[in-house]
Amino acid sequence: MMKEISITIDGRQVTAAAGSTILAVAKRENIHIPHLCHESRLEPFGACRICIVEVKGARGLQPDCHTAIKEGMEIVTDSENLREHRKFLLELLLSDHPHDCMTCDANTSCKLQTYAYEYGIDLNRYGGETHPFEKVDDINKLIERDPAKCILCGRCVRICDEVVGARAIDFVNRGFKANISAPYNVSLLDTTCELCGQCVSTCPTGALTEKMAKGKGWEADFKKVRTTCPYCGVGCVFDLNVDRNGKIVKVTSEVGSVPNNGNLCVKGRFSYDFVQHPDRLKKPMIKKNGKHVEVEWDEAIAFVADKLTAIKEKYGPDSLGFVSSCRSTNEANYVMQKLARAVFGTNNIDQCARTCHAPTVAGLAMAFGSGAMTNSISEISNVDLAFVIGSNPTEAHPVIGMEMKKAMRNGAQVIVCDPRKTWMAKHADLHLPVQPGSDVPLMNAMMNVIITEDLHDKEFVENRTEDFAELKDMVLRWTPERAAEICKVPADDIRKAARMYARADKAAIFYTLGLTEHICGTDNVRSTANLALLTGHIGRESTGVNPLRGQNNVQGGCDMGAGPTGYHGYQKLSDPAAVEKFSKAYGVALPTNIGYTITDMVEKAAEGELKALYIMGEDHLMSEPNIKQVEKAFENLELLIVQDIFFCETAPMADVVLPAASFAEKDGTFTNSERRVQRIRKAIEPIGESRPDWEIVCDIAKQTGYDKMNYQSASEVWDEIAELSPIFKGISYERIEKVGLQWPCFDKDHCGTKFLHEGSFTRGKGKFHALDYRPPAEEPDADYPFYLTTGRILYHYNVGTMTLRSVGSAQKVPECFCEISTADAEKLGLKNGDEVKVTTRRGELIVKASVGDRVKEGRLWMPFHFPKTPANLLTNDAFDNITRTAEYKVCSARISKP
Amino acid sequence: MSNEIKEKLITDDSLIQISICLGTGGVAAGARDVFNSFAKELESNQVEAVIKERKCRHKVHQTGCRGLCALDVLVDVLVPGMAETSYARVTAAMVPEIVQEHIINKKPVEKYLVDEAHHRFFDKQKRRVLQRCGVIDPEDINDYLATDGYQALAKALRIGPEKVIDEVKTAGLRGRGGAGFPTGLKWAFCRAAEGDTKYLICNADEGDPGAFMDRSQLESDPHSVLEGIIIGSYAIGAEKAFIYVRSEYPLAIERLKIAIRQAKEKGYLGDNILNSGFNCRIEIEKGSGAFVCGEETALMSSIEGNRGMPKPRPPYPAEKGLWGKPTNINNVETLANVPLIILGGAAQYAQIGTEKSKGTKVFALTGKVNNTGLIEVPMGITIKEIVYDIGGGINNDKKFKAIQIGGPSGGCLGESHLDTPIDYDSLVAAGAIMGSGGCVVMDEDTCMVDIARYFMDFIQEESCGKCVPCRIGTKRMLEILTRICDGEGVAEDLQNLEELAKKVKNTALCGLGQTAPNPVESTFRYFKDEYLAHIKEKRCPAKACKNLIKYRVTPDDCKSCALCVKVCPSEAILGGKKGVKAEIQNDKCIRCGACLSKCPTKAIKVVDNDSAAAVEVK
Repeated sequence: MMKEISITIDGRQVTAAAGSTILAVAKRENIHIPHLCHESRLEPFGACRICIVEVKGARGLQPDCHTAIKEGMEIVTDSENLREHRKFLLELLLSDHPHDCMTCDANTSCKLQTYAYEYGIDLNRYGGETHPFEKVDDINKLIERDPAKCILCGRCVRICDEVVGARAIDFVNRGFKANISAPYNVSLLDTTCELCGQCVSTCPTGALTEKMAKGKGWEADFKKVRTTCPYCGVGCVFDLNVDRNGKIVKVTSEVGSVPNNGNLCVKGRFSYDFVQHPDRLKKPMIKKNGKHVEVEWDEAIAFVADKLTAIKEKYGPDSLGFVSSCRSTNEANYVMQKLARAVFGTNNIDQCARTCHAPTVAGLAMAFGSGAMTNSISEISNVDLAFVIGSNPTEAHPVIGMEMKKAMRNGAQVIVCDPRKTWMAKHADLHLPVQPGSDVPLMNAMMNVIITEDLHDKEFVENRTEDFAELKDMVLRWTPERAAEICKVPADDIRKAARMYARADKAAIFYTLGLTEHICGTDNVRSTANLALLTGHIGRESTGVNPLRGQNNVQGGCDMGAGPTGYHGYQKLSDPAAVEKFSKAYGVALPTNIGYTITDMVEKAAEGELKALYIMGEDHLMSEPNIKQVEKAFENLELLIVQDIFFCETAPMADVVLPAASFAEKDGTFTNSERRVQRIRKAIEPIGESRPDWEIVCDIAKQTGYDKMNYQSASEVWDEIAELSPIFKGISYERIEKVGLQWPCFDKDHCGTKFLHEGSFTRGKGKFHALDYRPPAEEPDADYPFYLTTGRILYHYNVGTMTLRSVGSAQKVPECFCEISTADAEKLGLKNGDEVKVTTRRGELIVKASVGDRVKEGRLWMPFHFPKTPANLLTNDAFDNITRTAEYKVCSARISKP
Repeated sequence: MSNEIKEKLITDDSLIQISICLGTGGVAAGARDVFNSFAKELESNQVEAVIKERKCRHKVHQTGCRGLCALDVLVDVLVPGMAETSYARVTAAMVPEIVQEHIINKKPVEKYLVDEAHHRFFDKQKRRVLQRCGVIDPEDINDYLATDGYQALAKALRIGPEKVIDEVKTAGLRGRGGAGFPTGLKWAFCRAAEGDTKYLICNADEGDPGAFMDRSQLESDPHSVLEGIIIGSYAIGAEKAFIYVRSEYPLAIERLKIAIRQAKEKGYLGDNILNSGFNCRIEIEKGSGAFVCGEETALMSSIEGNRGMPKPRPPYPAEKGLWGKPTNINNVETLANVPLIILGGAAQYAQIGTEKSKGTKVFALTGKVNNTGLIEVPMGITIKEIVYDIGGGINNDKKFKAIQIGGPSGGCLGESHLDTPIDYDSLVAAGAIMGSGGCVVMDEDTCMVDIARYFMDFIQEESCGKCVPCRIGTKRMLEILTRICDGEGVAEDLQNLEELAKKVKNTALCGLGQTAPNPVESTFRYFKDEYLAHIKEKRCPAKACKNLIKYRVTPDDCKSCALCVKVCPSEAILGGKKGVKAEIQNDKCIRCGACLSKCPTKAIKVVDNDSAAAVEVK
């Protein structure tokens, strides 16, 4: 802790930590001082000078934003002299600023306007030349730049550099001619700009505005509805700005919000337009004579309930399958699993974590007892070392990526293990471009080095873990040299990584689907746990094993019991007490046999055993591997129900299509990657006749005559969730009104859990697992000589239904591509942008070639977002032995000119 | 001058020495041709039996700037057994004669010798920092070594870093970059700062209009700066130093590169210097000519690869500088002083100068004096001595009006300040600053409003644009000054200008903005009548502001020679030939001055424009 010192500010004697700025003290004391260039997310800049204060004895006036307090300092923040100088600065600014507030989009939110009013500015005090700048004619559809309104506070430049790390814009020219521009004033689309709009969010005037919100109203006109982002698992909190016509006009995020501190990425800030897209489903549809026909809700609900009941009666409850959604709310997931278990008597309930993080849930539970991110987003910026493996956070989890960039600015070291040269890999202290599927050997070899060089935390291993001997026995067989042959990285780099990780004080592991989507996904996850246990990098702040969850509510989907092995809050079917508890609560005897995973359901449908499938918010014909096989399997179903916000790729096969309300049209909760249960709120009326998922599900239950799903509100659903699960017990809508709570939260006085496993693990002792290498199911050979990996890009989201209907994302990346190394492209005579045919044993696609150094020779990479060219036509339907998650990250392929 | 140094250099008294100034100024005056011509002449004359028989060796020596640039190309000829002789304004055409007469016939060529002005120029100077400039060969480390070079470094390594800092403190050395912060104290801060990695930066981003002190030092005696850098690095605990030098100084950069290479070869740079265990590396960073990059935080930004823009201080570079590491930044001249202090001791060093300003100061003396050039004077010398003794008085016997000291951050001091001593504190009290050493002398033909406008224009062009007062405030000041010079000033302009000056000063972020109003304030203080004449009488007393003057032909003096007509670019002159007297059409005349300088009888005079008379009548 910094020493407290005392100062006088405006006659008040106060104490504050040494090193604090005058600004910090003034803010705490609720003293209002004007600021233009200051923003709490940014380093002090000192450009606008308007925050000057008088400090007794100091030479000249001192800006409060970068003047540190000193013992005994006497500060005056308001005086005739100060007002005169502030007025002078404002009058200078306004002497070169158009006086067109009445047509400016920043009207009522412009700080210059506010201060001009407050200080009684004479607009024509100085006169003189003004800038002849015209609006920048930039074809990008999101961000408008009007340099005439720019006051050169540099906030846009700095946020782009300091927070986003894109450095797309900077100051150009000198003196009065200085302005801010992209290089050579080209379109932002042609720069390193990520279109995140962080610059817009921090601009204090109308120099940067949102094109989509143009002319749709002023700040003061909007209703701001606080909610949680529907994209990745970071769970950014933002406000939907709703105009008087009940339309969403833009998204803003308040600085200080948890967990994102006002930061958003391109999807969070701009890709809200899918909500009001004309393609939204507006009425239920039933397939009649091979055609989807719009029907009333009553008919649709009755049809679904009756059909499911009939099939259950005919073939037994396990002939039904239910797929819940990690994009929908906790409440929807909870009622969906309740519908499966209590109403239809089957544990055949799963959700899309199966395609991504099921190995995390399983693997970390085996090692620690809890299958979730151990630490918090707010701890990232303080790590000393980040070991990022199989994760591309700057694209897949951009706001967590920003926190990592902050850590890097704070001096953290970074090791990136990724076959591709991602942004993070490029800027890392060490990049290990391993062969896809070789993570277990890599981590075994790292542990080999750590043990042989005596770098492990012996006390931690002794006191807090078990099965160390087995682990040691295994990893001693994995010398760096042996691993290097499989991983295709130098043995010395493996040694270096091991030493860096082991020696750091606070080292944290971050991983994503690069680890889980393998036939050895659970092994990979347990290997990360092994590393953390071996070095004691867990159970403390800014350490841990941190899976970054891919969808907005994939943590919640897992938490809510929407899986075949247990109830919500990780209460297991294998525990008779749990079965009894839930049987009692649900008022029926619940089935005890383990249900089907999504993978099982597809197989069982193919075999003819599964007869009906109810899919909520999932798009199997985009997201499952080897799509053709899935399509065949679904042809066997007697009943396919699809509930979605769009007519997705699976919808054409459905017998019933139920229109769901989007996140903006309903209340509920999402749980983000750091286990934080956060509110979403209804901002606009549901589009058409669409309805919230939980209501649809409950209506089906009611239709069957089940009477324990008569909830009046989402909040009521949550109360039942909390009531029936110890880890959620302390969480209520009331408590998370402002900031979400992190589970476990055991009672109303519990403040949630920032990081897990302090003192002891959920399962008691941390368990080592001795794991050996198992090669990918399919490896390159003469016919298919390339490794093909698939993944997410910054501008799009999963199956593309939302972002491809979003003008900004669709403009930036309109179509699929395949990354190919320069060397391989040359061999084939391919140039960047040429069409290339990618073929695997399961199918072929023609896409654009993206030639460069992101992938190494012999490797290919494709995004999976594009329905016209679905990458999962190519991927291999081979599965993790424990969780049955598919090996999306490796298959073999060949490329040719089409 | 610098005879001690010269004596040390002459190791063989049978050697004929010819020294030619090959600094940028010398080269511009044709020194390369002179140099080649000497080489050729000596070569061809060597064939002659006369020289050979006498077994006389010769060496054509390239030296750096010796200071008296007005007399370039300057050549020193030293023939053993004869007194050293200097030739001024030498051209290649003169060389055969000099070689033949002086070297072969041993008769100095009287008509080319330097005159009295040359001696006066040097007499009142105290050349300590510049002692080797113009004497040694800057591309030969042996010359430097022969003149006590790197002995200060050896001593520093013996006495240890604390003692080095003590010496610099005791010597009273203050930063020569302008602000005059005590160097020893700055070093002590940096040494005390926490951190294993520290940096020293030599600021050679010389940007004041008319200033060329640092360039000359680097071109003429680069090792003296390197030695200062190495000693400074040792003192603060840095193993890496940077020289930030503007890319417009190619010769300085070239010579620095050579010097660094030679110092490395001799073991004065690199690992384990002189077996002391101390390692030091020096890198040259080229700036791109932004004036503001002379400001230390902007300079560091530039080295880091970012746009050169000043940052708020604190944190000071000594705590958090280059790449966040404790950093010490000193100007070229400051560092060149260091070996003198260490070698001769603080006490000896402090004998020169005033109580609070020790040692000497180098100035680039330019403007309307007879002897322009690089000078080094003891602190405490008066302005009058600089202008009239060293500078040889005002050109064409005009009247002295003002001296501008300290560049765009400095001020203009008038006649009443001629007796002001040159030291940090007296200059500040008078409204100027020491600055880096720009020193521009102005005569009665210089308009002080126009001078203020000129400097404001410079600042406005060079402002980084970051802070509001500097970006827009100086622009508004410039607009007012331009208006006044154009004869469109109004009474309120003075008040506005004064207020703007005060507030820009109070609110600007960095030194550039905070001192930007100095030229305006000092001219305001000492030459307010000129402002008033422009505004109230629409008259420029110096007859320099084009809108406020006109050219008039005195018919009696006009010989109708047509020279003015021919030279006029705007066809503004009627008659002027065939016996018709010239007449200038005021509306067409652009006051370029071409006719003025062409007229053989000085028949064309500059007078107040009609608007002035009109006001006067009122």
